[in-house]
Amino acid sequence: MVSTTDTTHSGDHDADTQDHVASDHIDDHHHHEAPYGISRWLLTTNHKDIGTLYLWFAFIMFLVGGAMAMVIRAELFQPGLQIVEPNFFNQMTTVHGLIMVFGAVMPAFTGLANWMIPLMIGAPDMALPRMNNWSFWILPFAFLILLSSLFMEGGGPAFGWTFYAPLSTTYSSDSTALFVFSVHIMGISSIMGAINVIVTIFNMRAPGMTYMKMPLFVWTWLITAFLLIAVMPVLAAAVTMVLTDKFFGTSFFDAAGGGDPVLFQHIFWFFGHPEVYIMILPAFGIISQIVPTFSRKKLFGYASMVYATGAIALLSFIVWGHHMFTTGMPVEYEIFFMFATMLVSVPTGVKVFNWVATMWRGSISFEIPMMFAIAFIVLFTIGGLSGLMLAIVPADFQYHDTYFVVAHFHYVLVTGAIFSIMAAVYYWLPKWTGKMFDITLAKWHFWCSLVSVNVLFFPMHFVGLAGMPRRIPDYALQFADFNKWISVGGFAFGLSQLIFLALIIKACRHQGESVSSQVWDGAEGLEWEIPSPAPYHTFETPPIVR
Amino acid sequence: MAEEEYQKYYVPAQSVWPIVGAVALFLIAVGAGNFIIESTRDKDGYGAYTLIAGLGLLLVMIVGWFKNQIDESMSGLYSAQLGRSYRQGMAWFIFSEVMFFAAFFGALFYARTISVPWLGGASNNAMTNEVLWPTFEAVWPLLTTPGGDTSTQMGWFGLPLANTIILLISSVTLHYAHTSLETDKRNSVKICLGLTILLGVIFLGLQGYEYIHAYDIGLTLDSGVYGNTFFLLTGFHGLHVTLGTVILMVLFFRVVWGHFTPKEHFAFQAGAWYWHFVDVVWVMLFFFVYIL
Repeated sequence: MVSTTDTTHSGDHDADTQDHVASDHIDDHHHHEAPYGISRWLLTTNHKDIGTLYLWFAFIMFLVGGAMAMVIRAELFQPGLQIVEPNFFNQMTTVHGLIMVFGAVMPAFTGLANWMIPLMIGAPDMALPRMNNWSFWILPFAFLILLSSLFMEGGGPAFGWTFYAPLSTTYSSDSTALFVFSVHIMGISSIMGAINVIVTIFNMRAPGMTYMKMPLFVWTWLITAFLLIAVMPVLAAAVTMVLTDKFFGTSFFDAAGGGDPVLFQHIFWFFGHPEVYIMILPAFGIISQIVPTFSRKKLFGYASMVYATGAIALLSFIVWGHHMFTTGMPVEYEIFFMFATMLVSVPTGVKVFNWVATMWRGSISFEIPMMFAIAFIVLFTIGGLSGLMLAIVPADFQYHDTYFVVAHFHYVLVTGAIFSIMAAVYYWLPKWTGKMFDITLAKWHFWCSLVSVNVLFFPMHFVGLAGMPRRIPDYALQFADFNKWISVGGFAFGLSQLIFLALIIKACRHQGESVSSQVWDGAEGLEWEIPSPAPYHTFETPPIVR
Repeated sequence: MAEEEYQKYYVPAQSVWPIVGAVALFLIAVGAGNFIIESTRDKDGYGAYTLIAGLGLLLVMIVGWFKNQIDESMSGLYSAQLGRSYRQGMAWFIFSEVMFFAAFFGALFYARTISVPWLGGASNNAMTNEVLWPTFEAVWPLLTTPGGDTSTQMGWFGLPLANTIILLISSVTLHYAHTSLETDKRNSVKICLGLTILLGVIFLGLQGYEYIHAYDIGLTLDSGVYGNTFFLLTGFHGLHVTLGTVILMVLFFRVVWGHFTPKEHFAFQAGAWYWHFVDVVWVMLFFFVYIL
């Protein structure tokens, strides 16, 4: 029996012994079973345990960050200042953003990567399991520091998640030092996680799992991990310069010393723009797994999906200036950044086209993951189109720093990234627990979320176009009606997530019907060939992929 | 063969070191943050102690974790595939370091080619100069800031040139240590590696001397964007040389203890890569910070 062997990771497979390996790759005589108690979670080197930890951490942070959003929406329910002080309002917008970006979306994707990448490529674990544990466990500490800084003298960070200088230098409270170091730890965590993902994919693929056979979730994460390693150090440098500017008298971001506050924005967005793709590329991967399963067709245009992902990643390095159109950049740079940004819509359009083409004439079943995936495709595209509007320099002069921007990035991050995470959780939860989740609750969760999220974010387009500025705790009277509905949508969306929490808790208690190893009728890939629930150790000897 | 290799991919059992390291980083972050607040704002507190406790715990973690690794490696648990994981991991780590330095170099280039000229009225900024600081003249190095702080230039000849030569030679000696290890010439390894460590220590000593000299002639961390970029770039480089020297010292003892074979010496390779990377950063620094 001859199998396609990938020469990049070990050129000398013996075809006869591989046959033997292929036949018993599911056998599970472990040298160690799942340990018990708290030490299981503190000391673990198991990719599934660490994936679970990441996912729970992300969910808890999602609820904490969501609670802060509720404070924001409660204050904005009516015009005027009624519930919180403006400085506290600013801390809420800042920490809400930081938590959702670094505490919820990124760890959730890392958790999914930990759980699924070894299963999808037939690896026994992540390549560097102890470092994997370390990269998780420093995260809760980082957020402990960030959250505790809210209770310090002068309050926590109040300068927006983008911490523009001089807000974060001249005008910030002293707790900024703790903010800086907590961001350093988040960065270290992300870099270690990303190194683990890249090395696992490069070095741990089962024989025959060539690059162009890898599931798209693996591909998108490979490229995401590259982006992470490239830009998280730049964020570390940015916070370091903020620290020295604030405490040691440097003037990187101070014109009086020859620096420039705009330099901060250049450095921040050189990190920040790849960062927003870090939060969406794995989502593209998830959708590319789910849509074929429930359309019962192969993914349309696999290779073009891979190349489109790469193209988006490369473009992400040359579009950062579109966040800064109103800073007085010379006009030739504005035009460059405008066209480079519009170029992003080409590979993104390829992806949306391919998902729709995959569904075309498929025998689609509208099960929960698919419902989230379709909602993703439609609503993410709305966010993409408002992004195109923002890319146009003269139009952006109007939209900049209004609620239109808030609407745009919440469409791509909530109905984009977070909907994809929910889709992924519903898709793989039966594989993790071995039981089908409560479908009635899931439907309630889906429909409540879908309706409320649009009540929440769609009117933001209108108030934004009408000129309502973001990050201000008060607004002019003419925005009152829309803001009332936005807040109602916000509270409803927040409450809907408690349904999700209840569903997850039920699933973790292993309630529900047992599922087969394939779980979903049309599911294909290595992760669906191991038993459900996935055993504690899988692929201790690699499977053969043909 | 290949299949055996796969079966042996070593997935370690539970380990206490990562969580110890997480607590250590927590203490370091809390300690460093509070220490900076306390020392720059003249407050009392426990920042310094927390920081020292964190660094101590991190040291315990590093020693314990590496001891585990070395024991596992010496007892033959590791496969060639795992070796590749380590090498690739190290390479990507160095790439992340490259990007960290790139951000500071970016700040330097921005200050030189954009912010300082613009403050002097270049591009479309004639009125910026006229309204804010009409007497400001844009020159590099920026020895008189728009705000009026003055400093002195650090020349490239003399000490920085000597340091450049020292680091370049150290890369050569380290390379010979590596080739000697591969051909199993133990004494030559020890001599070349010892020489590299010595050169690293000399470099650090001279760098410290240069800093004292800089403060004497009025080039300080807070003397405008020239001093900022000078001290942060050379400072972070110096930290990396310090770390690199410690790594080389550990490697020296491991050579003495006979841990490495001509074929199996990932730790040596990683340390060498790190040292060469630090060396390349210095060459960039010497060129862009000192000469140009």
